[in-house]
Amino acid sequence: LRITRIAAAAGGLAIASALVLSGCSTGGDTPSGDPTAVITANGSEPQNPLIPANTNETGGGKIIDSIFAGLVYYTADGAPENDVAESITPNDDNTVFTIKIKDGQKFTNGEAVTSSSFVDAWDWAALASNAALNSYFFEDMVGFSYDEDVSLKESGGLVVVDDSTFEIHVKSSLADYPLRLGYSAFYPLPTAFFDDTAAFGENPIGNGPYMLSGEGAWQHNEKIDLVVNPDYNGGRKAQNGGLSIVFYTTQEAAYADLLGGNLDVLDAIPPSALKTFKDELGDRAIDQAAAIFQSFTIPARLPHFSGKEGELRRAAISEAINREEITDVIFDGTRTPAHDFTSPVIDGYSEDVPGSEVLNYNPDDAKAKWAEADAISPWDGEFKIAYNADGGHQEWVDATANSIKNVLGIDASGDPYPTFAEVRTAITDRTIQTAFRTGWQADYPGLFNFLGPIYGTNAGSNDGDYSNPDFDALLKQGSSASDTDEANKYFQQAQEILFKDLPAIPLWYSSVQGGYSEAVDNVAIDWHSVPLYYQITKSE
Amino acid sequence: MFGYIVRRVLQIIPVFIGTTLLIYFLVFALPGDPILALFGDKTPNPAVLDHLRAQYHLDEPFFVQYWYYVSGIFQGDFGTSFNGQPVSEQLARAFPITIRLAMLAVLIELVVGITVGLIAGLRKGGIFDASSLVVSLVLISLPIFVIGFAAQFGLAVKLGWFRTTVSQGAPLQDLILPAIVLASVNLAVTLRLTRASVLDTGNQDFVRMAFGKGLPTRRVIPVHILRNSLIPVTTSLAADFGILMVGATVTEGIFNVRGVGGTLFLAIKLHENATVVSFVTVMVILYIIVNLFIDLLYAVLDPRIRYVK
Repeated sequence: LRITRIAAAAGGLAIASALVLSGCSTGGDTPSGDPTAVITANGSEPQNPLIPANTNETGGGKIIDSIFAGLVYYTADGAPENDVAESITPNDDNTVFTIKIKDGQKFTNGEAVTSSSFVDAWDWAALASNAALNSYFFEDMVGFSYDEDVSLKESGGLVVVDDSTFEIHVKSSLADYPLRLGYSAFYPLPTAFFDDTAAFGENPIGNGPYMLSGEGAWQHNEKIDLVVNPDYNGGRKAQNGGLSIVFYTTQEAAYADLLGGNLDVLDAIPPSALKTFKDELGDRAIDQAAAIFQSFTIPARLPHFSGKEGELRRAAISEAINREEITDVIFDGTRTPAHDFTSPVIDGYSEDVPGSEVLNYNPDDAKAKWAEADAISPWDGEFKIAYNADGGHQEWVDATANSIKNVLGIDASGDPYPTFAEVRTAITDRTIQTAFRTGWQADYPGLFNFLGPIYGTNAGSNDGDYSNPDFDALLKQGSSASDTDEANKYFQQAQEILFKDLPAIPLWYSSVQGGYSEAVDNVAIDWHSVPLYYQITKSE
Repeated sequence: MFGYIVRRVLQIIPVFIGTTLLIYFLVFALPGDPILALFGDKTPNPAVLDHLRAQYHLDEPFFVQYWYYVSGIFQGDFGTSFNGQPVSEQLARAFPITIRLAMLAVLIELVVGITVGLIAGLRKGGIFDASSLVVSLVLISLPIFVIGFAAQFGLAVKLGWFRTTVSQGAPLQDLILPAIVLASVNLAVTLRLTRASVLDTGNQDFVRMAFGKGLPTRRVIPVHILRNSLIPVTTSLAADFGILMVGATVTEGIFNVRGVGGTLFLAIKLHENATVVSFVTVMVILYIIVNLFIDLLYAVLDPRIRYVK
């Protein structure tokens, strides 16, 4: 297990990158600034109650992450570091993890954080009838079931040893399991939660670097006020006096507030300002890679896209897309052409996985492969890429379709669905008979998270119904490997298979653009595109 | 008069039933599964979906869902949004802000539009008349988001005269800039209407008579000309108020006003049926009340108008 070893090295890196990003404008190496100054940051009205197991979108996520502390947290570049955990020890075959938590940890209502705080919270989140949005995080634990109510405590998935020790039992070897434990679904909960979940969702009680400023701190549609939690003593100790997250309905309004001096930190630049924000903000502009992978999926059930013919056609389509030009022209360079199925911010990423040449623009080879496929069975019909018209996708889908059309000389076009809900419904009930847009934002910083849930046989988000036993076997080997480097080796081999089968055509990685006001320093946006609020200092 | 008001108020009942049923059906018929959309690009397990659908009664037929909603209303429960907010609280938060914004905009429109329209009408063909025509034409032909962004960038970001967005609680001084932007679009109509009406009234015999019997101009203009010119303008302003209640979404977005438009937009996106229906219904009722109020105002402005029954 790498947690402690890597954490020390990565911690140093994180601080270094933070200083680079902040431009060292005050010239100080140590965080300075007014310890009572409140940072204002942009956010959006949480779509769900503020309960860790029910928060799966960024609006609620950045609040939950600020007011709760889990076993581990992630540094700016995604390395896990112990937060509440004293140690996480796997057994020999990575199926049982023994967790010791630090002494003297408290929730902000004074209740002690014990092993039961974790075990009871997870047991609730995993129970089928509670239908928690994040329940799939627990699906690997022994006894977990989507269909009937099984208590993980009773089934042996979670075992409380004593007040500060508990064990996680998983169904099969999972070497990267400790890495997942920083995700919000794994945060502990005080007993107050179980007394009244609805009231808790409105006024959550956590154990993180911040806490709600009081009853009713969540002013719906307007903002939420967080103050420093004096009892928090983990690695994310707040360097400022609090955090006020203002909810915006449009990115434009948030950007205007940054320019107008009403906002300190912004983690999204509106499309209308992408060309100008670097000039307007100077060294206070942020533009960095994000753990977001974009692709379109060609389901295996489409005619012409299975077997040898399918392999050739998928490769031909991939080579017919001029990713460089599209990211430049359509996205102003705010996307980076993909070189694999994961993301450059993830530990273990490589742009030289054998087979990744298929992502290069190569019109001649594309034509040749398409002709070869035509020899097996002649092409008929039209190639369509479905997307939701309410998400700003039209331009790149049209450009991609045009690129395919021009190179291969076939009919290719975008197929818009009015809303996100509609296209997701067609994808999920498998009625869609075209290729469709897919994207993945990492839940935790590991290669497996980009591969297993999407391309594993019968995996939850395997919308294209891809299945390859060799791929599954390599994933399994990677999951049971003894350390992360070895695991990543298997995951890269698994990607070689994906490059051959191309269940989805990788397009590009998103990046995150942001900025901050002159009043603040030490601003860094982390691996999953959220600013590290706790380390921001404010001078005025 | 009293009977008239009672009859008009009673009309709200069928309108209420009709609107809720229609809007509820429209949101119900929206294609796509709102529960599925809660999960973003990730595909949830079917069992989890079924649980959640049952929890929000989304697995029931339309009339059962509608019945849950309507019977809830009679017990004072307007339903809850996905994040656990009672819709009644959403209403109580959003409507005062939007009403304040709309009233401020109508006030600006009223003062500026009628003053400028009156002067333009009295000095027909003069330089003031011509330039007010040009300015109002420019304003009416610009889309509201252009005016909004330009005003925000120029007056708030660059000059710092106003706050860039509306801060929490929507204090009146923050609402001035969005109100000016909202007013600017309808200003042209009010202005032209006032001008035409003033011209029309100015040629009437009773005005010539008033001047002829030696009444001072400062009495003729407000009492004889302006008062009689206001009826068409009043109708137009009332309609504007209704439109501002409903159609301020773009301006609210630009200035981050947490009013009706933004809340409704988000609720439609998330298919939050209870929120959408409640908001639209309150809008419709407000619209009816404003129109009733305006109808009554006619009688004040023009004593010749009488309400029968």
